[in-house]
Parts: sequence; C-alpha cells; structure tokens
Amino acid sequence: MTEPLSRPRRKNPLKKTQAPLTPQGVRSRTAHGLTAAAAEGRFELQVCADCAAVIYPPRDACPACLSARLPFKAVDPNGELVAETTVRISTDPYFRERTPWRIGSVKLDCGPVLVAHLHGDTIEGGRVRLALQLDRSGAPVLIAMPARDVPNMAEDVQLREMTCDPKFRRVLITDGRTQVGQAMAKAFSAAGASIVFVGIADAWKPFPGDAALKAIERVEIVPLDITDTESVTELAEQNGGRIDIIVNTAEYTRPGGIVERRGLVVARQEMDVRYFGLMRLAQAFGPALRFRGADGVNSATAFVNLLSVHALMNWPAFGAHSATEAACLSASQAMRAELRPGGVKVVNLFFGPTETEWFQSVPPPKVTPAAIAKATIDALTRGLEDVFVGDVAEDVRERLAANPKALERELAGS
Amino acid sequence: MSGAKRRQSYDGVVACVPVTIPYRRYSINSAHWWIGRALRELVRQTGLRPTDLDGLSLSSFTVGPDTAIGITQHMGLSPRWLDHVPFGGASGVVALRRAARAVQAGDADLVACVAADTNHVDSFRRTLSTFSRFAQDAVYPYGSGGPNASFALITRHYMKRYGATREDFGKLCVAQRANARSFPHALMKSELTLDAYMAARPIADPIHLFDCVMPCAGAEAFLVCREDTARSLGVTGVRVLSTIERHNAYPEDAIQLRGGWAVDKHELWDMAGVGPDDINFVQTYDDYPVISMMQFEDLGFCGKGEAAEFVRAQSFTHDGSFPHNTSGGQLSGGQAGAAGGYLGLVEAIRQLTHSALGAQVPEAKIGLVSGFGMINYDRGLASGAAILAGPA
Repeated sequence: MTEPLSRPRRKNPLKKTQAPLTPQGVRSRTAHGLTAAAAEGRFELQVCADCAAVIYPPRDACPACLSARLPFKAVDPNGELVAETTVRISTDPYFRERTPWRIGSVKLDCGPVLVAHLHGDTIEGGRVRLALQLDRSGAPVLIAMPARDVPNMAEDVQLREMTCDPKFRRVLITDGRTQVGQAMAKAFSAAGASIVFVGIADAWKPFPGDAALKAIERVEIVPLDITDTESVTELAEQNGGRIDIIVNTAEYTRPGGIVERRGLVVARQEMDVRYFGLMRLAQAFGPALRFRGADGVNSATAFVNLLSVHALMNWPAFGAHSATEAACLSASQAMRAELRPGGVKVVNLFFGPTETEWFQSVPPPKVTPAAIAKATIDALTRGLEDVFVGDVAEDVRERLAANPKALERELAGS
Repeated sequence: MSGAKRRQSYDGVVACVPVTIPYRRYSINSAHWWIGRALRELVRQTGLRPTDLDGLSLSSFTVGPDTAIGITQHMGLSPRWLDHVPFGGASGVVALRRAARAVQAGDADLVACVAADTNHVDSFRRTLSTFSRFAQDAVYPYGSGGPNASFALITRHYMKRYGATREDFGKLCVAQRANARSFPHALMKSELTLDAYMAARPIADPIHLFDCVMPCAGAEAFLVCREDTARSLGVTGVRVLSTIERHNAYPEDAIQLRGGWAVDKHELWDMAGVGPDDINFVQTYDDYPVISMMQFEDLGFCGKGEAAEFVRAQSFTHDGSFPHNTSGGQLSGGQAGAAGGYLGLVEAIRQLTHSALGAQVPEAKIGLVSGFGMINYDRGLASGAAILAGPA
C-alpha cells in the first residue's frame, strides 16, 4: 500500500538545499524511440516488421530474423514480475541519495524481459503493467506499475521521481485575466497544489471572473506583468524560491497573415507578450527552478508552455500568430536543455483554436479552457513532455507526421 | 549436428609460466603499467627477450583508447600473431584455446597471454555506466546497482527455483576465504565465518557484502608454447585436454538459470577422455557464488538444480573433498577486471605443476577451469571451460 504523501514541513532556511543530481541519461540513437513514446505517455517497443518479434533492449537488427525494419509500436504492457531486488548500495550519485531502490525483471506477455523500476505496490510473482516514463535526466525508463489502480498510486516515491505531480507543490499561473488562466487556477487547487499564485497585471483594472478566481481555495493573487521585465524580476525575487511549477497562461491572439497585416505594431505586441514574455519568465525564474530540482517533496519540477499547434505548421489565417508560437516552441526546446540538469521538465501543450473571444469566428471543434487545464494536470501527474489537446491538435499532429507538405497546402485553404 | 568434424586434440601444446602481479585495491598506474609488469615477469622467468614473444593475447577493460595493437608498440613487441580478447571472465579460457591452436598450427611459437586492469578511484563506476550499449540503454539507469543488482535478480530467481539458501552460498565463500589465507596475493585474508557471512550488510537483496567481489587493479599472465619449447626454456607446462566456449546460450530463459557449459559439457568431457570423478580440483568463475553453483551443475558435477545439495555434501578447501578456487578466487583475492578471468587458469597451472604459492592440492593431476563473463544486459553471455593435466 502506498502511503499517502504528507504535507512537507516548512523549509529550514539554515539547511543547505540539496543539489539536484540526475541519473545517467545517455542513450543510443535507437533507444530514443523510447524517448519519443515516453514524452507522450505511450508504451511502445520495437516490433519487427518482418517476423513480428517484440524486441528489447532496443536493437538495430532483429535477433530472430536479422531484419533492420524495427519500428516502435504500441504493445501489450502487461506481464509478470519474475524477480525483484532492492538496491541498497549504488555506484551512481543520484541513486545513492535515493536508496533503498527497487528494481525487477518483468517478463511481458508479448515476449521480452525488461529490467524496470518498481512501483511500491508491485509484488514478486505478481502481474504488473509496464509504463514508459522520462526520468530526471529526461531519458526514457520503464516502471512496473500494479496491474490495477491502487489508492494513492501517484504518490509512490519512485514513481514521483519521474512525474511532476502538483500535489503539495506551489504553482505560478502567470496571467489570471485569461479564461485559461482561471481554469488552470481551479484545476491546480483541485489537484492539491499547496499555493496557487496567480499573476494579475494592473490589479486595479477589473476583469471578468475576478471574484470567482479570488474565491478559489489557496489562490494568492500576485502582481505580474510579463511584458515588464522589472515586474517579472520583482516577483521572482520575492517568491522564486518557493515556486515549483510555472504555467505560462499569457496569451495574445490576433488574426491576420504576414503579407496582409499592416505594419509591425501588432506583431511586436504578440512577440512581447508571448516570446519575450517567455524569455523574461525563463530568465527570472529558470535559475531558481533548476537549483531547487531536488528540494524535497515540493521540489521545483516543471515549466508548462501552452502553445498553438500551429507552432508546428503555420496557419495563414493566423499567420503572424503562428510564427510567434513557433518562436515560443523553439525557445522551449532550448529551455529543456537548460533546465534538464536540475531535473526540471519543460512541458509543451499543443492545442487548436480555443473557445475564447479571439477565435469567435472560427468554426468548431474548439478546445475549452477547462480541457486545457485538465490536460495540464494530467500531463504533470503522468510526467509527460508533449501533449496534444483536442481534435484539431491531434489532427494536425497526424497530418504533419503523414505528409508535412500536404498539411502546409491544406492549412492555406482552410 | 551429425557429420560435424571431430575436434583435434591440443597435443604438444602447453600453458606455462603462471604470473600474478600482486593486486592493489586502487592504483594510480595505468592498465599499460600492469601489462608491462606482467610481460616483464614472463620474460624474466624464461630468460627470453621481449622480442622473442611472437604472439600476444591481451584482455583488459581499462586499456582504452588502446587495444592489443597499440600495446605492441608501447611494449616494444613485434609479434606475428596478435589477439584481443575482451570477454571478461571468459578471457582466460578463450585466450588459451586460441593461442593453443596458433602454436599448434605454427602461426606462433611463444604466445604471451596477458590480462590486466587498473582500478582508479571512480573508474569502476565509469566502466559500469559505459560497459555495453544495452547496459547504457537498459540497465545502468535502473538504480545503478551494477552487477550486484543484476546478480541479485539471478540469485533470487535461482534460490526460489531450486531451494538454495544463503547458507549454501556462504559455505562456498567461507571455504574460499580459508583457501585465500595462505595465498600471498589475496587482498582479503581475515578469517570469515558463516555467522559473519550471514550477518553482513545487504547490498542488493539477497546479495550481501561477502557475496560480492571487490574491484581492484592487477595482472595475470601465462605463456603458451610447444612442449619442447617449454622444455628448452626450463619451465614445466600443463597440457590442454579439452576446451569449450559458448556465447549467448539459452536466450529463451527469462532469467539466467544456466550457462553455455550445459550446451557443450559432453564435448568437454569426451574430448578430454576423463569424467567428473577424475578431476582433482575445480576453479570456477566466482563473481557471485550463485554462478559457481551453476557451473557445478552445468559442467556435470551434479544434476541441474542440485548444486545446493552438492554444496552441503562436499567440502571446498584445498584439502577438502572438492577443492575449489584454491587461491581464494575473486571473492577473497579481489577482482582485477579482465585478470579475474585469468585468475583460475593461472592458479590451475600452478596447482598442476605443484608450484602453488599458497596451499597445494595434494595429488593434483587433472583440473578444470571455467570462465563466465560479460553482463551485457541481464545475464552473463560468455562461458568457457578447459580441462588441464599436469606434466605427463
């Protein structure tokens, strides 16, 4: 039985903050097929296209027929935990701080034997379900989960090393004026976050949803204008050391392409809110996040970007907006590399048009703010890195994978 | 396979000049230094010049970025036959059988077989994390218990399957420590009791401290040549009655319960023309006691799954009913990387030429040496064995 997590005590300011270490994250190029699956929460192994053998560890030739056609595919994650051990002495600095640590050999029903981390509720000889996760180094690892869900399952100490569970963590939602920001505050409060800081610029200006936002449990309104470097820096100086998750909800969406739009005023504004805003947040909060990556139960754990799926392929009807989103996506990839040494994940949520005023004229399907908030909590709880929310996002992702050129033409016509 | 060609004997070839460069827990010297000490000892004992060695077989984990070829220039050798055997615990047997064929065929006259590794502070961790592609992708990121954790899974599975107990493993470890106490080069020579074995701290359940070998620096070497060459050098050699080698046997076993010896044991005994009862001592590869027990079974000293019973019925000191790892093995001697794969073979040469540095097995005429190595992913891939006989 997993013990429910207990609320962390107030931090002793005289104690040294434990420096974040990461497990060995080097993988072969082929093994990054697992990284791709883990980033999106899928369980995939190599399956030989010629003889259907399921293969692990990742290989470049099939050990049954020597085929080189070994794509990663969804396979049955169920199997038996054949043998387990508890590692008490480790040569690796990351694990040395975390022993005792359980691992085991799992024989999957579909064939291969995999060495995996063990969830606390698995037992030797019992049935388990394997999951692929990204560990603190950002590399893919397997964890054997109990075959059926158990109480407090997400609170297992080993699993929590691979997720960004918001429970008892302190989150900053950067813009509470947006509908997404307000939905996010509600969702984090419900998920057990201990403080939900919500940034509001020019607090004297009223906004819809104001009263409801302030009524949410554990919400604390803080002054934050992400277009103002001083405002961002000031908040980071005051609260940066006790913020564990940042969700950037600042948005700026205007229709119009590149040729059709007159002048740079709107484009500059877009870039200032979205791209430079992200950069201000990254510079002000990033170092503290990275420093606090192993700071106990409420260690710093994630930076969440909300991105238009058209960051991946321009939608000319919102052409300048798409370009700004692409800049933010590119920045997020740099941030991933920079925050990884602290074990802090950069989570990207991609979605299509939202059910908000700036997409008023766009036909459905559209994504509701509540769906985005729910997907954010789900991504953090499961430790995902890339999430596609809603039908449009899924559709773009699939079409992009199938034929990017076709997608470029198709988006121009819609 | 019917119609397979009958294997030729190793008649006329001997292994001689057993060399051990005393182990150290840590060494600031390179693997090259240890290789150099071993080669120098080989030529010192034979009166040869280094350039007389026309064959070299090298095994080392820590000689990188060099391989055997770089070592020829480093050491001033000019061999006409060169081999690199990076097979860990199977290196000794593999080096021997290859060198023996080279000498037999006339491709080389004097093959220096050398295994050496250094152990710097922190080099063990570095070796583990980059040991193999599968280790890097699929083992090291999992708690990094290293081979202790891999063998914990194998040991636990074996215990459950066949009813072996920690006491059974302990009996082997205690006997090896007793053997080590008279061996001058063993790193661990304080008395070990079964109580102390049982009470040791856990490392990776069910592996406890005295089930584990201690990484160290060291070198082992021997010479392979024709019988008449050995005679002219004034050294006594041992004859090679038979050898086997097998890699990646039984991939269908979910967890390793047996090694490649089981595939080839009949060939080993048939070729030697002797049986298990004719063997005066056995040197197994003992990185963990469970592997020694598998070797007893898979080589035919007892039935599969019966090693626990066998261990309870026998005694394993040099003067026991089944002398085993007579210099203390790696468990008490230390594990000097690839030299660990030579330790049993070098000790066997000494026992069969009645020149043991520690306790001598009385009447040692025929001995068996077994090798095992390379935890590439979840199991040891390499296995090998040789039956050796003292001078005719």
